[in-house]
Amino acid sequence: MAFWINQSLNSLALGGLLFLLSAGFSLIFGLMRIANLSHGAYFMLGAYVGLTLLRMGVNFWLAAIGAAVAIALAGGIVERFVLRRLAGRALSQVLATLGVAFIIADACLWIWTGDPIPLPGPESLRGTVAFAGTRFPLYRLGVIGFASILFVVLWLLLDRTRIGAMIRAGVDDLDMARAVGIPVNTLFTAVFCLGAALAGMGGVFAGPILSVYPGLDSDMLPLALVVVILGGVGSLAGAFIGSMVIGFIYTFGQALLPDLAYVILFLPMVIVLVVRPRGLFGRVAA
Amino acid sequence: MKRAAAIGAAAALLVALPWIVAGDYYVNLSSQILIAAIFAMSLNIVVGYGGMVSLGHAAYLGVAAYATAWIMLRLGLGPLAAGAAALVFTTAMAAFFGVLALRASGLSFLMITLALGQILWGLAYRWVGVTGGDNGLTGLTRPKPFGIELTGATPFYYFALIVFALALVAMALIVRSPFGASLQGARDQPRRMNALGHHVWMVQWAAFVLSGFWGAVAGVLYVYYNTFISPHALSLQNSAEVLLMVIAGGPATTLGPVVGAALVVIIKNVVSAYLERWVMLLGVVFVLIVMFLPEGIVPGVQRLIARRKKT
Repeated sequence: MAFWINQSLNSLALGGLLFLLSAGFSLIFGLMRIANLSHGAYFMLGAYVGLTLLRMGVNFWLAAIGAAVAIALAGGIVERFVLRRLAGRALSQVLATLGVAFIIADACLWIWTGDPIPLPGPESLRGTVAFAGTRFPLYRLGVIGFASILFVVLWLLLDRTRIGAMIRAGVDDLDMARAVGIPVNTLFTAVFCLGAALAGMGGVFAGPILSVYPGLDSDMLPLALVVVILGGVGSLAGAFIGSMVIGFIYTFGQALLPDLAYVILFLPMVIVLVVRPRGLFGRVAA
Repeated sequence: MKRAAAIGAAAALLVALPWIVAGDYYVNLSSQILIAAIFAMSLNIVVGYGGMVSLGHAAYLGVAAYATAWIMLRLGLGPLAAGAAALVFTTAMAAFFGVLALRASGLSFLMITLALGQILWGLAYRWVGVTGGDNGLTGLTRPKPFGIELTGATPFYYFALIVFALALVAMALIVRSPFGASLQGARDQPRRMNALGHHVWMVQWAAFVLSGFWGAVAGVLYVYYNTFISPHALSLQNSAEVLLMVIAGGPATTLGPVVGAALVVIIKNVVSAYLERWVMLLGVVFVLIVMFLPEGIVPGVQRLIARRKKT
């Protein structure tokens, strides 16, 4: 029993991290029709920036915010100076994001070298809690809580604010949104920065659990892809449910069939593709 | 006639190459280019002629190479028999992956191929019992077709050249056949092709499988050449490199992928000799090519020549 509770909580924690990663990926894809292949790299870069801030003695939460701001800036630069110039050529944009991913990955290897480095968690969430005959790290509960709060905040942002209405209009029909006077280009930059910031912050939160290492980007990117294929493009609820499903499958896969955990991820994707290609919550076929 | 002369001159140059270049290093580099060219040509079938951009093409090279190595080491078959079995296995895998990936089109197709490729890469790293994990599989030998040793640089170069010539001719014939025409039709006007009675999905799926088969041929050559295999062969970087070869050289052209392959392999070897930042350079080249030379080198040069003729 303890095993199941423990692993279920681990699954939720991983799902929370995946949500931070894939929420932005899904929104960017939904709105801009760009599969942002540098998203995994933003996640890793965020973790490394957070690491540097922590080493400078910055508080964990401030380091997470600092990393989010830094990655948002990096994302903004890419969007303005690379993707904007390629507007209307979706494929070129995707390939450009892949190029950016390689540049970031190699720069990280250069600056932070090749060893895996765990980030220290925040002081306030050190230690474990005991319940139901098992002990569980407090930090992971914190991640679950934070991701849930973030989901609610993002949902309110999308569902209850003017900007959110504009984003939803853009996801549903970009040309019509443009025609009724929504500043689509500004919206693109904003959403891209927001997505990058979430990924960067997610990297910092992942640091104490997964550590940060070269290849973290390539490990996370397919997870984001699978989440979005599963949950549906441009849907926040889809990203959340998809993240949790993948969190469970990956965690239990790793515990029960360690060699094949990475392959088991493939199964939900295959099933969804066969049964419902647009994803569980997708309104548009991607 | 000019065309025939050009082809004859190119063929003569390729055959005479081991005498022209000085030293095994350059002969080996040429073999690497030939293998990369077969790999890039195979991807060109789906990306160029099919208009379906795959970011998981390393899957076919990598799986064919791993399968060859595994069959040689675990089942004790000879290199040629192992290679043939690996081709069958990998083509079957391509048939399955094609069914999955062709549920979608456009960017979703790209994401699915990428996800499939990354899963295989993860498998190669983590399924240590079969793949040897990070260390890969070593202790392989090159084949001896008709009793000819291929351990030297020059004999292997000729072996690769023969396969390359076969691949080039076969793929050039395929894209010029009625099948190739319907593939390009399915790329440009899928709905009209459908209305005309073509089974668009079947055409695209067949192209996908064909592309996987030739990718597997490149993979078997790859493992013969290196006599070892590691997860890097399945990495996203490898998929991206081969896509860069196609896009830089010129998609949907016969020679574009060959030119792109030569360019990428040469730059990679030269750069790696002097500095370690090949991946970063790959990224920079990628961004520059898509921003400033989206049509590729071969069509770009052809257009320049055509313009000069007019004036």
